[in-house]
Amino acid sequence: MRMEREVELVVVGGGAAGLAAALRAREEGVGEVWVLDRNERAGGILPQCIHTGFGLHYFGENLTGPEYIHRFVKRARERGIVLKLETMVLELTPEREVRAVNAQDGLLKLRAGAVILAMGCRERPRGSLLIPGGRPAGIFTAGTAQRLLDVEGLLPGREVVILGSGDVGLIMARRFVMEGIRVRAVVEQLPYPGGLTRNVVQCLEDFGIPLLLRSTVTCIHGRERVEGVTVAEVDGEGRPVPGTERRIPCDTLVLSVGLIPENELSEGAGILLDGRTGGPVVDEFMRTSLEGVFACGNVVTVFDLVDHVTLTGERAGEAAARYLRGELSPPRRMREVEPGENVRLVVPQRIAEEGPVTLYLRVSRPLREVRVEVGGRSFLRKAVRPPEMVTLTLEGEEVRELGERVPVRVEGLPLER
Amino acid sequence: MEVRELTCIVCPVGCRARVRVEGGRAVGWEGLECRAGEEYVKREVELPLRDFFTVVRVKGGGVVPVRSTGPIPRERLLEASRELAGLEVEGPVRVGEVLVRNLLGMGVDVVATGEVEG
Repeated sequence: MRMEREVELVVVGGGAAGLAAALRAREEGVGEVWVLDRNERAGGILPQCIHTGFGLHYFGENLTGPEYIHRFVKRARERGIVLKLETMVLELTPEREVRAVNAQDGLLKLRAGAVILAMGCRERPRGSLLIPGGRPAGIFTAGTAQRLLDVEGLLPGREVVILGSGDVGLIMARRFVMEGIRVRAVVEQLPYPGGLTRNVVQCLEDFGIPLLLRSTVTCIHGRERVEGVTVAEVDGEGRPVPGTERRIPCDTLVLSVGLIPENELSEGAGILLDGRTGGPVVDEFMRTSLEGVFACGNVVTVFDLVDHVTLTGERAGEAAARYLRGELSPPRRMREVEPGENVRLVVPQRIAEEGPVTLYLRVSRPLREVRVEVGGRSFLRKAVRPPEMVTLTLEGEEVRELGERVPVRVEGLPLER
Repeated sequence: MEVRELTCIVCPVGCRARVRVEGGRAVGWEGLECRAGEEYVKREVELPLRDFFTVVRVKGGGVVPVRSTGPIPRERLLEASRELAGLEVEGPVRVGEVLVRNLLGMGVDVVATGEVEG
């Protein structure tokens, strides 16, 4: 089986970013919008994020993940967006041909007028950590443990150690306790937690779960099943300090050690990626370096809030619609945004026109009494932390005053927790 | 009198407060930088409230995510979770459908946040 056809707009990924992009493009008059997703249901990661805290900015309501995404899935169905589920995109060519495969259509070759990349991100797996030990059962990424517990209704274990203090790991610590699973400790290599303060308080402190900072797991014990882990303190360079090792018994090790934008398709198409974000270099219209190809959400950079993911999706959807109408002309000159002191990453990396621009940036360490400088313009913040993105909006007038290069730097005093 | 350490979550500063507690009320504090933080520690000492969410078994396999319609006392989260552990619902279930009325007399309902086909 084989299907070849033209489609005005193809969106790769049906999570928060992809659905927002598809919906906005439809509202802007794009006749034919296809969303391709490899999962058996739409919504990306949100259906398994059963906790609250979603939508506070976008809807002004405190929703759970499933409730948040339900609104978009429902609307997508009502507005005639074609949702192709269990459909794996294999390749995107520089000519915007999307090659995908599924059980109904076989091989799909879609010549797209425009493409929006919304593949999201993946969790860093155990293999990237080089922890000595065997390969016993009972080692899960936090997202996998979440899927087991909250979608499939299976307990991943009875006694858990969590390595890494990213938000998904913290959220899971609380879920484990609520389901009668004991959480022995959360182990974090850095001197500060990887997740939001709210989650440290409401997921760990509320339940008396120890957070071991400046520590790591140096060995996983067990042959068939995890029987325990060795935890050691680390020095300033992240090396274990001899003599500080202790063994913590557990049957499960959960990893919450970071998320990586998933860009195999982007790379295959020769799209320019940013080494800092791990995602495509984009401008304020979420345009990538390949004409007619846009990107939004966590495939661009890992966002802190889904609300921001949705907004970048809408931005991409609107821009793609304009492109399809021939109203988005190629940029004449690009301003380059350059991350400087204390700035880990910034998106968008380029500014094409002179309208308002929202910049999302992550700092490299916690700071207080903060001054964020964007091309000579200052923004003040009481405090900034790496887990929380700093969002800055420049008005058109302010953008016009910027030079060809837009240095972004952050100054402040060290923030001790 | 008891002294409690609390981390304020009102803003990213995350002030670490030392709070003096008497008779279940905050009577004094150090380490807070603003008025909103003071209100936060008072609430946290008197009656900390939390959103409640979990999953409920579905007959025939799988689970459906649920939440309470309002926050409940933090001290009753585990009790609420145990209360729902024995519950099994039958499909179809729609988002917003009430599955338990007046959970443990706390004045909140339990509603589905996801869907199950019949």
